[in-house]
Amino acid sequence: MMTSELDRPRDWTWWVVAYVIAAIVIKVQVFSGTGLLDTFAFLALLASLFLASSVAMAPWARAAIFVVLLMAVIPYIGLRNTFYLDVVTQVGIFAALALGLNIVVGFAGLLDLGFVAFFAVGAYTWAIFGSAQANQFLSIGATASFFPLPPDFFFVILMLTVIIAATAGVLLGLPVLRLRGDYLAIVTLGFGEVIRVLANNLDKPVNITNGPRGITGIGQPLSSVAKALGTSLIPPFKWQALIYYALVLAVIGLAIFFTRRLDNSKIGRAWVAIREDEVAAQAMGVPLVRTKLIAFATGASFAGVMGALFASKQTFISPESFDFNQSIGVLAMVVLGGLGSVRGAIVGAAIVTILNLQVLKALSTWLNGLRADGVEILGYSLANLPAQFEPSKYERLIFGLILIAMMLYRPQGLVPEKRRAHELARKAGEINISAGAKKL
Amino acid sequence: MNHKRTRLALIAGIAAAGLFGLGSASAADKGTIKIVTHSPLSGPNSPSGESIKLGAQLALEDYGKLLTSQGFKVQLQPEDDQANPNVGVANANRLINDPDILAVVGHYNSGVFIPSSEVYAKANLVAVSPANTNPQVTDRESTRAIANRICGRDDVQGPVGADFAVKDLKAKKVYVINDKTAYGAGVADAFEAAVKKAGVKVMLASGVDDKETDFSSVLNRAAIDKPDIIYFGGYYQQGGLLLKQMRQKKVGAVFMGGDGLDSGDLQKIAGSENVTKAYFTTLGVPLSKLPAAKKFAEVYKTKFNKDPEAYSAYGYDSMRVVLQAIADSAKANGGNKPSREQVAAAVRKVKFDGLTGKISFNSRGDIEVAKYVVVGVGPTPDKNDVKSIIEKKAPNS
Amino acid sequence: MNFSEGLQLLPITLTDGLVLGLLYAVIALGYTMVYGVLGLINFAHAEIFMVGGIVGIEVLTFGTAGTGMHPALQLLLAVTAAMLISGALAVVTERIAYRPLRLRNAPRLVPLITACGVSLFLQDFVRFIESLFGNFIRPFPDFEFFYRSVELSDSVIVPYKSIAIVLVGVAMLIGLTYLVNYTRLGRAVRAVAQDQKASALMGIDVNRMIALTFLVGGALGGVAGVLYGLQFGKLDPFSGFIPGIKAFTAAVLGGIGNIPGAMLGGIVLGVLEVLAGTYLPILTDNAVGTEYKDIFAFGILILILIFRPSGLLGRATVEKV
Repeated sequence: MMTSELDRPRDWTWWVVAYVIAAIVIKVQVFSGTGLLDTFAFLALLASLFLASSVAMAPWARAAIFVVLLMAVIPYIGLRNTFYLDVVTQVGIFAALALGLNIVVGFAGLLDLGFVAFFAVGAYTWAIFGSAQANQFLSIGATASFFPLPPDFFFVILMLTVIIAATAGVLLGLPVLRLRGDYLAIVTLGFGEVIRVLANNLDKPVNITNGPRGITGIGQPLSSVAKALGTSLIPPFKWQALIYYALVLAVIGLAIFFTRRLDNSKIGRAWVAIREDEVAAQAMGVPLVRTKLIAFATGASFAGVMGALFASKQTFISPESFDFNQSIGVLAMVVLGGLGSVRGAIVGAAIVTILNLQVLKALSTWLNGLRADGVEILGYSLANLPAQFEPSKYERLIFGLILIAMMLYRPQGLVPEKRRAHELARKAGEINISAGAKKL
Repeated sequence: MNHKRTRLALIAGIAAAGLFGLGSASAADKGTIKIVTHSPLSGPNSPSGESIKLGAQLALEDYGKLLTSQGFKVQLQPEDDQANPNVGVANANRLINDPDILAVVGHYNSGVFIPSSEVYAKANLVAVSPANTNPQVTDRESTRAIANRICGRDDVQGPVGADFAVKDLKAKKVYVINDKTAYGAGVADAFEAAVKKAGVKVMLASGVDDKETDFSSVLNRAAIDKPDIIYFGGYYQQGGLLLKQMRQKKVGAVFMGGDGLDSGDLQKIAGSENVTKAYFTTLGVPLSKLPAAKKFAEVYKTKFNKDPEAYSAYGYDSMRVVLQAIADSAKANGGNKPSREQVAAAVRKVKFDGLTGKISFNSRGDIEVAKYVVVGVGPTPDKNDVKSIIEKKAPNS
Repeated sequence: MNFSEGLQLLPITLTDGLVLGLLYAVIALGYTMVYGVLGLINFAHAEIFMVGGIVGIEVLTFGTAGTGMHPALQLLLAVTAAMLISGALAVVTERIAYRPLRLRNAPRLVPLITACGVSLFLQDFVRFIESLFGNFIRPFPDFEFFYRSVELSDSVIVPYKSIAIVLVGVAMLIGLTYLVNYTRLGRAVRAVAQDQKASALMGIDVNRMIALTFLVGGALGGVAGVLYGLQFGKLDPFSGFIPGIKAFTAAVLGGIGNIPGAMLGGIVLGVLEVLAGTYLPILTDNAVGTEYKDIFAFGILILILIFRPSGLLGRATVEKV
């Protein structure tokens, strides 16, 4: 009894359970709005998911926390205030993108700066056929308006986007995989721009994407279910938000499952081998081109699926949603979380998305409220602050600073991959003047 | 094992305290009403976005008493959509969940208004646009109840410009360039279709990326083609540059564009000596020509230390519409806070003489009669010269 | 306009392309030098370029305007000020956002993300500073002098500003080549690029050499910023992005880490872009407009890299096993 107590890491089960219950109660009972404190209460709640997945605790309690939070508490909070559902759904969408990019950059070590292109491919696939847009260039049968496809065809198209996006990944990969490191980076960057410019320009001579005006009226799957469930208390749009939440949760679940399986499989080890030393890997019989192509195709298919979901959730897409900054944003999520780490990708996506959509907004609204009330600091009334100091104008600036600070504080990422954490710990011992070695 | 029991007791205690003790509600007298301005406050479009916000802020100071006299607290909540549809939609999802928010003044970019208004429509949150001229803004069935605008439409503005080009400028051959944004492409296409109909030859119809600064590809060609007019559908940041490079390259064609060029900075960017033979169509008489707006311009200047932009007055009038509508519906509601549906319905009944002209809406949310103005650009903004003022009813009204 | 008419445009198109390409080349040098020494893509270079341009414009607008100085001298002053500020800013960026990571041996993608953080910060910081004084879009002051032109023939009109850009640009390129290849400092920088540990053992202060690289690269970015403003007429806090991406592309096209390669890459990209912008609409009878020129440029880039995977002048990397 005594010895096993010493061997085992300390069991945190009850502390975590206590924390989770406290967080739920505080969020549901005390801070249920969207202000600054409400936002922090929500973050504390989400943090319990992270806590449950990272400390040593009884498996049943871990499972229970996940089920209760994801299946009951978040939907409950979300139905009261759909903004929370929207945030969690966005986090899910970007988490899937980050997981996909993590395969390409984190596992296989191929720097891809145009990842959002595959997201765009998926989004436009459903947008074109799930709205009346396809009538512009396709006429099927006698009726002039065959499209939009019925909203529930979404699930068929979703399967299709997996194939289309993966094909796009292979098509990009085939000619350029000979390139090394940063040459690959610039070509993928170029590819991303090409896709965006094509989406922006393919309204003439044949109108395929409707150009800069974007595509409106994109169908939402299961909208009939949402309508049927709608009551005066919980209108259909809230149910629809819940449906997206469930869909995204399902896709994320699948994505994590596949990623974990791949990571531990032969192909996963081949990726890491290529990342660490391409020549040695090749000498050991790893087929370079095929292994890299699989990485590209898998990553792309994750992005494609989420693109289709994104398009239908927004009901409108335009090329502006798929610019270079988005690619960089997803890369920031992966690096912030920790390259090659599955949990890291999700944590990174959650932090970047929540920071941008929620925390910075709540912060600036709060500061603005102080200003409007004429709160004084050291005898200076904030109401006299010139318009140039409007807090809501500096969200991007603050985000930039936070990005720098977080990377300087934890260069290995917030949840580093175990293998790499080990490497860094070892290297820190040596005297080191070399600039971040040759590896990614 | 005793520890476990104490921990369980602890947990139960927290839960009980939470469920019974802390749920308290504070009752204010009549509550706060928040009005949101939703426009780009950061990024390249922020001068225009901010001018909307500042205009609205002034209107709140002037007409906020409509609500405060009824016992409400009124608060302006500025939101930044970063001219990005994703940000706009995410913000919209947050805004609809704050019950104090009864109306939105925004946006600047049609590409942001369209998806964001889909979200507002779900919660019947009314939006009054000060600047979105794209027909889709009010033409969509799904947002019929809540989408309004107090400015004109591209499908009228383009033909008005074309009319001026053909009749007054006697153009025979033109270039039509657009910046490949939802706004620029819309107004340029409307212009192109209208001049083609009048038998004018369109020698080049092309887009340029909206971040492009190098127009030499188009202008070198124009030096040989010698078109009568180069029409640019886009914003003044690029339009001013195009005009400047045109004159530097000694292209003598007339330069024309839509209301995106309507800014005091057009001359600054182009350089005052380069502003020759330049016109734009816009939606509302320039402030300097309106006696009613003179005071507005002065107050704006002293308060914010800069001149009002074209959309400042629209921001002002939009906010006034919203305040009036909320005040009317509150009165109809027995002095209580009105519902969002009531406010949305009341917006359509608002009528007053604003800075930008007579404000009243048709059943689609378009302004009933919009003024379309052709402006000859002078070397400085106050030397801008109104060529003609055309009043047009919104189509389908 | 048909193709034979279009041929008249060739000389002026090539001139414009050359000027644009030279600007890309000067910016690309900043990327390529840092890459050559550290193996790092310094995305913040685009903002350093922008800051230099805006500093130059402010010097011209508020400093030298009305002094009656010769325009060429004014431009030189602006360029000098831009070089100083941009160079200093690049060094500060390195000190704050890159050096701590280097010393902690962070994965190589991490500085890429801090660089993006620096970009976001600088864009909005400059916007903040400028908006204190009015609007942040900064037009380049008009100098009638620079718009005068030499008419070589009817269709070849070369304005003074193009000549000025070519002169300053070429001077920078020659100066840099001299600095890197023929001075002790240059030799030290090259040594650090080869092997940091070995050069440290040989008594070279590695951190100082890296700072020097950033200083020179940043100063070149500043020069390019002012020239860019002169050529196209305005800058704002967000106008670093596009030229930055293009210059980075040019650096890769020429062979990243390779100084003559960056120059060649810049010129090739500039010329291709302007050619595509002019001739795509002519050849396709307006079906494909000027807006496709970037697709065309990137298409060519991909093609070149397929056949020369290390860029135009890059050495094929031989892996030591």
